[in-house]
Amino acid sequence: MQTHPVINDFVIRFANVNGTGSASANNMFAKAIFRMGIPVTPKNIFPSNIQGLPTWYEVRVSEKFYLGRREGVDIMVCINPQSMKADIASLPAGAYFIYDNTKPLHKDLIREDIHYIGIPLTEITVREYSDPRQRLLFKNIIYVGAMSALINLEMEVLKQIIAEQFAGKEKLIAPNHHALELGSQYVKEHYDCPLRFRLERRDLLKDKILFEGNAACALGAIFGGASVAAWYPITPSTSVVDAFSDYAEQYRTDEETGQKKYAIVQAEDELSAIGMVIGAMWNGARAFTATSGPGLSLMQEFLGLAYFAEVPAVLIDVQRAGPSTGMPTRTQQSDITLAAYASHGDTKQVLVIPSTPRECFDMTQNAFDLADQLQTPVIVMSDLDLGMNDHISDPLECNSSGFKRGKVLTASDLEQMERFGRYLDADGDGICYRTIPGTHPTRGMYFTRGSSRDEYAIYTEDGAAYKRNMDRLAKKWETIKSYVPRPEFYQAHLEHEYGIIFFGTTVYSALEAKDKLALAGINVDAMRIRSFPFNQEVEDFIRSHHKVFVIEQNRDGQMRSLLINELELPPTQLIKVINYDGLPITSHQIEMQILKHLDKLPQAASSAAKSKTLTDSF
Amino acid sequence: MSYQRPNFRHPELPVNALGFRKRDYEGSLSTLCAGCGHDSIGGALIQACFELNIEPHRLAKLSGIGCSSKTPAYFLGNSHGFNSVHGRMPSVATGANLANKDLLYLGVSGDGDTASIGVGQFVHLIRRNLNITYIVMNNGCYGLTKGQDSATADKGSKSKAGSVNAFQNIDLPGLAIELGAGFVARSFSGDKLQLIPLIKAALAHPGFALIDVISPCVTFNNNVGSTKSYDYVRQHVDATSTVDFIPPANEITTQYDSGDSVQLKMHDGSILALRKIQQGWDPTVKDAAVKALHQSYADNEILTGLIYINEDQQDLHRLLNTCDTPFNKLTEIDLVPDPAILKEINDSLR
Repeated sequence: MQTHPVINDFVIRFANVNGTGSASANNMFAKAIFRMGIPVTPKNIFPSNIQGLPTWYEVRVSEKFYLGRREGVDIMVCINPQSMKADIASLPAGAYFIYDNTKPLHKDLIREDIHYIGIPLTEITVREYSDPRQRLLFKNIIYVGAMSALINLEMEVLKQIIAEQFAGKEKLIAPNHHALELGSQYVKEHYDCPLRFRLERRDLLKDKILFEGNAACALGAIFGGASVAAWYPITPSTSVVDAFSDYAEQYRTDEETGQKKYAIVQAEDELSAIGMVIGAMWNGARAFTATSGPGLSLMQEFLGLAYFAEVPAVLIDVQRAGPSTGMPTRTQQSDITLAAYASHGDTKQVLVIPSTPRECFDMTQNAFDLADQLQTPVIVMSDLDLGMNDHISDPLECNSSGFKRGKVLTASDLEQMERFGRYLDADGDGICYRTIPGTHPTRGMYFTRGSSRDEYAIYTEDGAAYKRNMDRLAKKWETIKSYVPRPEFYQAHLEHEYGIIFFGTTVYSALEAKDKLALAGINVDAMRIRSFPFNQEVEDFIRSHHKVFVIEQNRDGQMRSLLINELELPPTQLIKVINYDGLPITSHQIEMQILKHLDKLPQAASSAAKSKTLTDSF
Repeated sequence: MSYQRPNFRHPELPVNALGFRKRDYEGSLSTLCAGCGHDSIGGALIQACFELNIEPHRLAKLSGIGCSSKTPAYFLGNSHGFNSVHGRMPSVATGANLANKDLLYLGVSGDGDTASIGVGQFVHLIRRNLNITYIVMNNGCYGLTKGQDSATADKGSKSKAGSVNAFQNIDLPGLAIELGAGFVARSFSGDKLQLIPLIKAALAHPGFALIDVISPCVTFNNNVGSTKSYDYVRQHVDATSTVDFIPPANEITTQYDSGDSVQLKMHDGSILALRKIQQGWDPTVKDAAVKALHQSYADNEILTGLIYINEDQQDLHRLLNTCDTPFNKLTEIDLVPDPAILKEINDSLR
């Protein structure tokens, strides 16, 4: 077995029981690593369950800033006997298995090629605490304390986090500190500390923050001026509205009167939720809903209405594994097609695709400006991984120079107008002027409808008038390309034969794979798509490469299909690189799929690939 | 096709207190069948808004899909309108109302739109007590798709093609009372004398107000054997009382015998004067209203007029404790926190 130390580059997985208070201990663990200035990425791998089923918390530490998921657990902290057998079997040789040795392990669970670190967690808690609930909760703190000694996680940092967490409940600080010490002392007395995988303080994070995408979207909605949130509970989007509720309570409520400058309506279903958003934005307020795949399916008809009647709306889609109920607590990027072409008839919807909490904040805030300016729905395409896990991110900043309300006419504008035409393309950009109900006693009224009408919003079934309107909407679509976020590039010049394209949370593993490929002698140019419709730069990038790998987290390569369809590209030019098992894609998966396509799989991997699939089974 | 109504009107037509003529409350020419009950309801709405001195731009009209939902194009042409999707008008109206609590909202729907595809949204609209006047133009059938029974068609009612409806009807006023609606009325498109004051009272009511208006479909459901034909409705109408609506500023000039009338003072100061009150019915007592409805069904009668009223309920804005300024008047200053808080938030995330 290898013995040389591995500094700041490993994966730890905690195997817990859902609903036992492990989440806050695990969060504290990740935050402490973050505070040591070391890049860290925690991921909850949780069941669709309230209490009792196995749940895992996986933390990758990488001082090279590789923050995607990585296969192969180096340290398994097993608090859950239910999953113990499978957890042990999943470990690679040389890994550490940390477990509660109050009772001895069954001999079937002993592997010769891994290290066992037993800590009598139950025994310690029974000895130290009388209340069963306390035993359960402090067990979590004790194992975090043990990790402190085992991997050099600074005890002072942990203690500080606890002190902050219990500010106002100071009585709880000392017992928690004591629990940390119990774990630490035990392992120091019984094992050589630290283990081979260990931490060393760095200063790599500067002003970065550790934040989850859903809360960042909620904060973006606050800064974007949303006053109406209409929603229907659905995992994994629920915490968007929960966070909006918390922030709005704090920042939008009059301290004296308790009156609120916002309304949150839990609708009877997703159809109603998007209907309320459309009604509110039609009437001049800013509104949003948050949902996931099944909800987005239900919203299709209304999204077509908003597209055709040109009503602004903002929707945050936190994608999960479909189809149907699919895997509600697992991540995917599989709503791309559904969102881009939402509704019947010739419809296209504006998508913005964040990769980081900072982008969740910026893009949600900006979505309200875009929706108002473009008079059409804007869908923020997040996913479960981004939304519900903490990610290292640039700090939040407000760069807004005031709301951009777009072409909305005031009473005095209307006074100076000959005749108002709601669907008249006065500026030649396909975007027309609108009025808000109640603006002027006798001018500017129009009838909003999902049926065909002429430039003055008068109902018509004249095919020529219908076609003029559809053509203007197509022209507007061209205009939109200059409004939506541009792609991000990762090189000064395009110089390679191959390119890789990715979006959303795929960025983390894609950039790591890019480096790995370079080590294997394969250099690629990289581009991250941030919106739909595709800007000219997206097309230029693809056309300047012989072949482009499109990396995404769905089975069918939905973004690839969208690119081929919208840009009229030859399908053979775009190669699908995918993962759809519900866990975030890894750099290894990307690297292997690209090497395989190029027929450059290393000998060992090539034969391994024949015997089992490339996707790591978990 | 819709046709724009010619602009010419006689200069000496009467004006209301705000200087608006009745034509200012009209819309484009109706494209419904000649004799359609819906056009009479539109006429009643025009008259009610004219008499109530409503500024046309202070009212928004919303509808779903169907013959009924087309009608907002044919009245209140100076008011913004929104013809949304089938059965989903309540959600659009809820969003619109949340955005601006200062406008009046008129929801126009039909029996298919409300009792079938939209029954879920209808139910939850009542539950939230949105401040809206919700008019169902109820003809018991689907007109635009050529006469299929709707969910409000009475059991045993015969269609034009001769088939008898085997299914229990959904009784919208009964459902609304059960769900806690604070203003429930039924009327008949052919009885403007009753309908106009009911519309006025509904608009004055500070919460959800339902008027279920039986509005015969002359083309598909006006045959012998139909319980929604003009003849049948005329023969079976039974009013709870007569209704007079007296706006706050108006002097009460009519005298009523105290024994035979009730004057209900509404929250905005309006008076609802009810005369010739049916025995055993009290519009302010839920049980009595429900009982009167059930009795009318047992007697094969169509009970019209005000059925139930309860003004002591908080509308959605009050339930959510929203600020006095309409949301759509709030600016960056009101809505965007001091960017300095982002520094605090960032610090809390390190």
